[in-house]
Amino acid sequence: MVAARSVHSTSRRDFLKVVGMAGAGITLAVALPAVAKAANAGATPAAKAAKSFSPNAFIRINPDNSVAVVMKHLEMGQGAYTGLATLVAEELDADWSQLVAESAPADASLYNNLLMGPTQGTGGSTAIANSWEQMRRAGAAAKFMLVAAAASQWDVPVSEIVARKGVLTHERSGRRATYGEMSTLASEQEVPDPQSLELKDAKDFVYIGRPLPRKDTGKNDGTAIFTQDIKLDGMLTAVVLHAPRFGGKVKSVKDRRARDQAGVVDVLQIPSGVAVLATDFWSAKKGRDLLEVEWDETGAFKRSSADIIEEYRALALKPGLAARNDGDANDALTRAARVIEATYEFPFLAHATMEPMNCVVQVNGQSCEIWNGAQLQTGDQAMVASVLGIAQEQVRINTLYAGGSFGRRANPHSDYVAEAAHIAKAKKGTPVKLVWTREDDTRAGYFRPMYVHRIRAALDEAGNPLAWEQRIVGQSILAGTPFEQFAVQNGIDASSVEGASTLPYRIPNLRVELHTVDLGVPVQWWRSVGHTHTAYSTETFVDELAHAAGRDPVEFRMALLKEHPRHQGVLRLAAEKANWGTELPRGRTRGVAVHESFNSFVAQVAEVSLDEKGGFRVERVVCAVDCGIAVNPDVIAAQMESGIGFGLSPLLMSEITLDEGRVVQSNFHDYPVLRIEQMPEIEVHIVPSTEPPTGVGEPGTPPIAPAVANALFAATGKPFHRLPLKLAEISAGQNPLHKS
Amino acid sequence: MPVTLNVNGVDHALDIAPDTPLLWAIRDHIELTGTKFGCGMALCGACTVHVDGAPVRSCVTPVSAMAGKRITTIEGIETKEARALQAAWTRHGVPQCGYCQSGQIMSAAALLAANPEPGDDDINQAMSGNICRCATYVRVRAAIKSAAANLA
Repeated sequence: MVAARSVHSTSRRDFLKVVGMAGAGITLAVALPAVAKAANAGATPAAKAAKSFSPNAFIRINPDNSVAVVMKHLEMGQGAYTGLATLVAEELDADWSQLVAESAPADASLYNNLLMGPTQGTGGSTAIANSWEQMRRAGAAAKFMLVAAAASQWDVPVSEIVARKGVLTHERSGRRATYGEMSTLASEQEVPDPQSLELKDAKDFVYIGRPLPRKDTGKNDGTAIFTQDIKLDGMLTAVVLHAPRFGGKVKSVKDRRARDQAGVVDVLQIPSGVAVLATDFWSAKKGRDLLEVEWDETGAFKRSSADIIEEYRALALKPGLAARNDGDANDALTRAARVIEATYEFPFLAHATMEPMNCVVQVNGQSCEIWNGAQLQTGDQAMVASVLGIAQEQVRINTLYAGGSFGRRANPHSDYVAEAAHIAKAKKGTPVKLVWTREDDTRAGYFRPMYVHRIRAALDEAGNPLAWEQRIVGQSILAGTPFEQFAVQNGIDASSVEGASTLPYRIPNLRVELHTVDLGVPVQWWRSVGHTHTAYSTETFVDELAHAAGRDPVEFRMALLKEHPRHQGVLRLAAEKANWGTELPRGRTRGVAVHESFNSFVAQVAEVSLDEKGGFRVERVVCAVDCGIAVNPDVIAAQMESGIGFGLSPLLMSEITLDEGRVVQSNFHDYPVLRIEQMPEIEVHIVPSTEPPTGVGEPGTPPIAPAVANALFAATGKPFHRLPLKLAEISAGQNPLHKS
Repeated sequence: MPVTLNVNGVDHALDIAPDTPLLWAIRDHIELTGTKFGCGMALCGACTVHVDGAPVRSCVTPVSAMAGKRITTIEGIETKEARALQAAWTRHGVPQCGYCQSGQIMSAAALLAANPEPGDDDINQAMSGNICRCATYVRVRAAIKSAAANLA
């Protein structure tokens, strides 16, 4: 979602900087709020209270010597729990085994994302970046108080106490106590000013930089609890029939047969369709199948993908709003002897999380409790409060593991959460679990938008880029959301152009333009947001320029990145580890791409084999990443692997198309995603760094598609401008590697 | 309609429609939630259980076909292959979001029971039906090989 770059403050002005991608270094003003006033019933285990020591809202040391780290970020697979626990453990000098992850309640006054202003949320690959100092100071404050407690109990100077692996010792007197044993006394100590605490030097780190095992456990034996697994007394399951086209409304409902279905308890009309409530999922679904609904499609969206693409292609021929303007690209292109150009097409994409969207809501009088893999708690609270007409603070959220999100559960309109709230509002007192089927999930919209890019460029006599003009056409993700006022400046939604407007290559005449199209299709951020398309167009087009200049793609890039040492660093490392420039076996080809996103830098070299039938397979990817200090190298490697696998699906096979407004695809047979036999081998190399850590959840995704396309371009001489690639496009006849 | 399901060695008498998919009998009626709903069309493998030791997509298997069968879910699987796989899953840090992993382990356990030394093609064939959107496939493959090696 929104990219974070700047200074934290709770003011809107600074939030604007954050999403507007101004500024450079990250400095966070860290406060360590005291503990949550009231324990959030479902979210926090009962075993605590009495003599636990809670120096701040993030840590609770229990007499049984367990240390709960209260997680302000959602764990949706990216390893946030492990990373945050590492930061706490480092300064607390706890034993890794004593740390237990606990999900924080929804309370932005305690648990806001420091890079999202007054908002509690996870996204934009910011979990570690915004917590880097805050969680370490939280740990340091706790240790300070434990040491003070030990010094006072043993009547020795603070300086003589050693805290290590969850144990306090005083060598001279032979005294020893675990953190748990000292918790009661520690809670009576004065809370230090967090800014006054000295944090460790990197050379003294014992946990940061090590591949510690993950803290989101229970995922190997079925005990981890997701929203789908919540069962409450008297709970009903709701399945909703949505309009077949976006913007359609219910005109009339015949629900007698649905109501007669065994297990069905109620049928309700809600703003987003017709909900069938039953004692279990299967009964609800059978009930839904029996509904007869007439739809009012007066305001419905009825266009098709092919027709939208034509409109976008036509717009790409006309000037748009400037998102970047260096020199005079138009003039340089007019004068150039030879102009190279390409028009790119990108389809809608669904997130297709393994756990389809779902949400449990119970409304009681003037309060409400939610169980959800919530990614944007503050937004969900506000939306549900408005649906129910209650105060935002009365919306309690139990944040559970999310079975994948890739941005989907951070819906800026809280779409599925609001839907569940509407149903629960009509069934006050009864907990309701909204369950979407895979078909509901695939067809509900909030897609990665369709885009068309047109790029024109020219080279000078020396073969260096002289001018680059790029036009991007597509919907704005942020317009019409609460983020609009921060992230859309002068008509430019930064998330539409990021990665293109920030093109790092030295090009004297560089212009990036945007046409924002208003279309009735709900769209949303999708793992790496604008970079999903800008990395593809820019990095494949750079290869076309290198080819036109007769230069090696790595050498060509390195020469244009002299002012960008971190780009160069990952590019050099990936090329070296992939033996770039060496001969490959017959039928094999290589391609490269480098891209910065979310303040992290990733280069990938893809090795692709071409078979005699005209197909190809991505065999191996060498990935280099610079994400600042590597908090957990194994989690970083896992995120690079994951980002690569995720980015291969839209390259190879996934697309959502509309046919007169109807979403054509519905499930994994027609919205295929990567399977195990299509996964390449992956080698990840991390650039050593002393910079503050930046994100890894998204930055692995953008470079893979262009790296593979560049490998195919190198082998076939054919550039690929439309995603997904169709295997048939690389026919045997076009494969010179197999011409005898 | 009364149906008796033997799940993890225990008989459950349920009064549910015979067309109810085994998945929903297990999740909603027997209240074992480790087996996941992903697609409802046997396309993703998140719902994989064992029926008489063989991997089955429970989301398309009606309970009416389960009379006299032994059903095993992630909660009840105690074979040496499953134990070795679960340990390897932890060692290799396989799970990310984790939602598909019960199904991955059930498919892998059936593979190792039938083939103690699977090669890459065997793994592809046995695991192709299990989608992981976090794309943990590199580690799934490594963990299966590592579990197989530990069992040898």
